[in-house]
Amino acid sequence: MRLEPRDHPPLWLSIGAPIAAALLALVLSAIPLTWAGAAVGEAYRLIFEGAAGSLFALTETLARVTPLILTGLAAAVAFRAKLWNIGAEGQLYMGALAAVALGAGALNLPGIVLAPLILLAGALAGAMMMLGPTWLKLRLGVDEVVTTLLLNFIVLLFVQMMLEGPMQDPMSMGWPQSAPVLDQAALPKLVEKTRLHAGLLIALAAVGLVWLMENRTIFGFEARAVGANAAAARFAGMSVPSVMLRVGLISGALAGLAGVCEVAGLKGYVTQDLSPGYGYGGIVVAMLARLNPLGVVPAAIFVAGVFVGADSMSRAIGVSSYIADLIVATSLLVMLLASLVVQFHIRFRAG
Amino acid sequence: MAEILDILISASFWAAALRIATPLIFGVLGELICERAGVLNLGIEGIFTAGAMSGWMAVYLGADLWTGLLIAALVGAAFGLLHGSLTVPLGLSQHVTGIGITLLATSLAYFTYRMTLPDVTSPPRIEPFQPVDLGFLSELPFLGPALFQHTPLTYLALALVAVTAYVFYRTPLGLALRTVGENPAAVEAQGISVYGLRIGAVMAGSALMAMGGAFLTMSAFNAFFFEMVNGRGWICIALVVFASWRPGKALLGAILFGAFDAFQLRLQQEIAVDIPYQIFLMMPYVLSILALVVMSRRAAYPKALMIPYRKGER
Repeated sequence: MRLEPRDHPPLWLSIGAPIAAALLALVLSAIPLTWAGAAVGEAYRLIFEGAAGSLFALTETLARVTPLILTGLAAAVAFRAKLWNIGAEGQLYMGALAAVALGAGALNLPGIVLAPLILLAGALAGAMMMLGPTWLKLRLGVDEVVTTLLLNFIVLLFVQMMLEGPMQDPMSMGWPQSAPVLDQAALPKLVEKTRLHAGLLIALAAVGLVWLMENRTIFGFEARAVGANAAAARFAGMSVPSVMLRVGLISGALAGLAGVCEVAGLKGYVTQDLSPGYGYGGIVVAMLARLNPLGVVPAAIFVAGVFVGADSMSRAIGVSSYIADLIVATSLLVMLLASLVVQFHIRFRAG
Repeated sequence: MAEILDILISASFWAAALRIATPLIFGVLGELICERAGVLNLGIEGIFTAGAMSGWMAVYLGADLWTGLLIAALVGAAFGLLHGSLTVPLGLSQHVTGIGITLLATSLAYFTYRMTLPDVTSPPRIEPFQPVDLGFLSELPFLGPALFQHTPLTYLALALVAVTAYVFYRTPLGLALRTVGENPAAVEAQGISVYGLRIGAVMAGSALMAMGGAFLTMSAFNAFFFEMVNGRGWICIALVVFASWRPGKALLGAILFGAFDAFQLRLQQEIAVDIPYQIFLMMPYVLSILALVVMSRRAAYPKALMIPYRKGER
């Protein structure tokens, strides 16, 4: 078997491969479903219905799409420059914490000022989380995968500490949760009586901005060049460390923004279980999107739909909702295989 | 100061240090074998979880403890085969594939646990490995309780360090293994299959990782809990760098780490000042990052680490 690089992967393949990967992941996940004794067709029908079968289901899915778009973008931006930021989970929590630190009463400003302010603060907090790992990578060659991963655990303990200590809501009757974001700073609902909030618009705006940055700015070009071949980029006169640092900060900021949106749009306050793994989910979203910012949207919809649908399926027929994590993990691995088909001609012959 | 000295001269402290180090010894050794062959294995966190669950589950369903351990190792090797197949002949990103293996192994373990035991509220227990009686050694003052009253898995871990070091530095297989992570073309020139060697190393390393996980459920505790691995896999990755990819130093690093962790646990009980307990819990992770930073200047990565090998390409 030989792999020959394609010069220009055809468009149908670029778009078709992720779809095929998602479908194949669903087919493969039928094995554990069957083993669990579920009727596969029925289970998938329930998952689809739970994710998109009604207006309520649809808004639930879209509410989950919001943080996944932002963490997916965070991963896509960084991975494109070969900066392996696996710390979106921690960056998300720091963003959320920054949002309540300013927005839960510390500053009593009108909403028109306060809402953008906490968004900015959350983005900044997320970005700061990438400062250390990126700097260590550039100065000392410390692998950023390990530092960002370990930081996730440190941040989670830090959040716990704050929620049981200085940032605990005095009205929470002892529960480890922060005070809620002030009403005027909360993101408005997009559909009345559902959980879908304006964070989705922020996420979509971020998609547009990242796309513009990557495709229409010199910095975006440099970031791609550094990712494709750092030595060549350096030879062409680009400052690799400066590009990497900026990519790291942008990536962290996007993940921090996801945290603010969850707090200001959905939950109101910070708890230790604010994120059911959106940071790691973002990695899958980014890979399914083939690191293309525009692809992040459908990829996030797929991942969110699987999670929301599996939750409701699990309530209906008693198959553990961990099947959702299984489908998502499988789709990541299948997608990696599919990306091979997009990038290379695969020739089966000796030699 | 007196309290600190009291801690350091108590046998139970050193016993705890070795107990905490045991799963890390398995994990660091496993990761080290993979990386020496040129393959980064970020599946380690998930493989720990899968090993912890499958070994425990086998025993819970009626297998004896050693069969349970073997099953855990086989499950680990299976995930290793998957990781190896995707990253070695196909050359897919070792970072992303590893994260994918961690997500897959973790979710598969959780799903299997939930589906096998749908109705349990408190985790069921098994009869775990018991400390072995080493005769007069176990009776020795201080050394006995510190070193010679552990479960068989701790001694297995120590023995595996010696076996790995022997294979690495005294056998042709070890030479080939070390070379394939530095200069795969040289191995190919010897007529040895680069792919076979690398995949084999990843499988063996993954089996060791899974045994580290099994230690948690079959020796340290007697039940399986969600999220019980809690970053131990990632810590192992940091410890491999700290150990400069050498089995002996890996043992040293794991025991040092165990000692620090045991120390902070004691300190937490001894000193009654108002430090939130989370600060202590952060220590292992902070320590791992520090270990990375301190050693990074001297880190001599295997030269072909994370570089896929394609025949006839330069």
